[in-house]
Amino acid sequence: MSRIENVLSKLHAQKRCALIPFFTVGDPDLSTCLPTMHAMVSAGADVIELGVPFSDPMADGPVIQRASERALKNNVRLVDVLQVVKEFRQTNQDTPIVLMGYANPIERMGVDAFVSSCHQVGVDGVLVVDYPPSEAQALSQALAPYSIDPIFLIAPTTTDDRVKEIALMAKGYVYYVSLRGVTGASHIDVEDVKNQLDRIKQHVTIPVGVGFGIRDAKTAQAIGELADAVVVGSRIVETIEKSEKDSIPHEVGAFIKELRHALDNSL
Amino acid sequence: MKPYDMPSSDGHFGPYGGTFVSETLIAAIENLKKEYLFIRDDPAFQQELAYELKHYVGRPSPIYHAKRLSDSLGGAQIYLKREDLNHTGAHKINNTVGQAMLAKRMGKPRVIAETGAGQHGVATATVAARYGMECVVYMGAEDVKRQAQNVYRMKLLGAEVVPVTSGSRTLKDALNEAMRDWVTNVHNTFYIIGTVAGPHPYPMMVRDFNSVVGRECLVQMPDMIGRHPDAVLACVGGGSNAMGIFYPYINEKEVQLIGVEAGGEGIASGRHSASLSAGSPGVLHGNRTYLLQDDNGQIIETHSISAGLDYPGVGPEHAWLKDSGRAHYVAINDDEALKAFHTLCRLEGIIPALESSHALAHAIKIAPTLAKDKVLLVNLSGRGDKDMATVAEQSGITL
Repeated sequence: MSRIENVLSKLHAQKRCALIPFFTVGDPDLSTCLPTMHAMVSAGADVIELGVPFSDPMADGPVIQRASERALKNNVRLVDVLQVVKEFRQTNQDTPIVLMGYANPIERMGVDAFVSSCHQVGVDGVLVVDYPPSEAQALSQALAPYSIDPIFLIAPTTTDDRVKEIALMAKGYVYYVSLRGVTGASHIDVEDVKNQLDRIKQHVTIPVGVGFGIRDAKTAQAIGELADAVVVGSRIVETIEKSEKDSIPHEVGAFIKELRHALDNSL
Repeated sequence: MKPYDMPSSDGHFGPYGGTFVSETLIAAIENLKKEYLFIRDDPAFQQELAYELKHYVGRPSPIYHAKRLSDSLGGAQIYLKREDLNHTGAHKINNTVGQAMLAKRMGKPRVIAETGAGQHGVATATVAARYGMECVVYMGAEDVKRQAQNVYRMKLLGAEVVPVTSGSRTLKDALNEAMRDWVTNVHNTFYIIGTVAGPHPYPMMVRDFNSVVGRECLVQMPDMIGRHPDAVLACVGGGSNAMGIFYPYINEKEVQLIGVEAGGEGIASGRHSASLSAGSPGVLHGNRTYLLQDDNGQIIETHSISAGLDYPGVGPEHAWLKDSGRAHYVAINDDEALKAFHTLCRLEGIIPALESSHALAHAIKIAPTLAKDKVLLVNLSGRGDKDMATVAEQSGITL
């Protein structure tokens, strides 16, 4: 059983919704990453998604684009992201880490080399935004021998046939994108999410997380009542953007605490 | 040998091409694919397209024997496919007419486009006006500054031009931004991509719409010289004019296909846009192809004197044609292209686009090494009026 499955099944047994924060490694710099990750865990994060910076983040809105640009200004590379995971694992063996990014930095490193590094440093899941199932065969095959989960997106426009196809390949959890658009768009329709989750769950047996558009405790709570996990990205990156560097772990931790409280009170 | 039948049904050209986009875009792309495959074989659509190409674009474009140029070189004969004589002054309109007609058929009242120098933006704004559609063009903030005249042309035609301030603020970022618009507004919006790149079916669709160029040549050259040319040359940025003229010749094995990339200040300088000559395979803008990238897989900034070739990727079919050996690719530097530009102006009274000047420069380079009965067909993909300011500046003149 992968670390992700382990954590999510425990939460499921407790009837609790998992909280999955996201931020881009290297934003605002590398040294802030580890303290931020540890603060996230202390505040109640169950899984951490780490963004791998890319020069052309086509599926991201302005907030995460800016995070990627700041990280690239610091020359943060995929190998640096892997190094962050390695250092995190020295003190934390329990919290699953998912890398989220685009195909090109991975292909440049080589899929096999990337997967073997992921295994060595303790990565638990990989979400490549521009690898839909049809293009993800090589990566999925490379991941299969290890307990590293390929995470896939499902969109409101994903047909039932594709949901079935994704269900066959996805492990760990699937990530339902609750909005039509890019990351960080503003509104979320709870009723619509409910209907979509009902539809998805007819085919998908692993946990379903919901992301894109969860901006505060209130929406997290509403979605938390429906989903197995909520993913919060742009709102955390905004907090990082607005905060003094030294206070980032504290500010991010405080926001996550708020979300955690809201989620646990939705029981 | 079996005839060339790329891409595969899922959009691959060997290891290249494909559909490397977020799941959020898949439904839109699947729908586009379905609609495109329908109109490709629909006689009514093709008839209407042929009518538009004849009466609105001004096709067929002639082929011209550049005799004074050829004589001055003392070798092979150079023939020019005159895409510069099309409405809006370049091959770009062949594709935008086709995609706009498809958008109209699909009931989309709004079209969007990315543009670098502004040529594809102008061609899109033109057809949007022609078909009565709202038009938004994404253009890197740097390019908006450099190409004020084309920005004004697009506005005259009724388009909204949105400066893109993310990333390197150039063409590749404009493409990212247009994709983001599309995924958000797909219910009423059609994305008219300007080159043979992007996710499947774009590389195939844009190639097909532009291949009217090569299909005409297949008839015109035998009419003029009784046979096919020995080689066909075209400049390659994203590669749409080159695919347009190459594609109908792919099964004519005796015809050499030569793609000419922008060597900028020289490959060794690192300041160029020659993805095929000096890049490596990777994934960008929805397809796998040759890219200019650093050791960590980040896309790097490119350079060319011609804004239309200034792109860090290239259409995936060119990547395939390169690897399979059916076409070969060379690079021409800024100064060679500029020299060819002036030569054509003076010897033939034709002002070529700086993009097309790259293909011309390579023809000028190889013609003297070939016998006088050899024939080189150059795709003169656009006219150079848009390049007046750039060329004048190179000569130290401020207009």
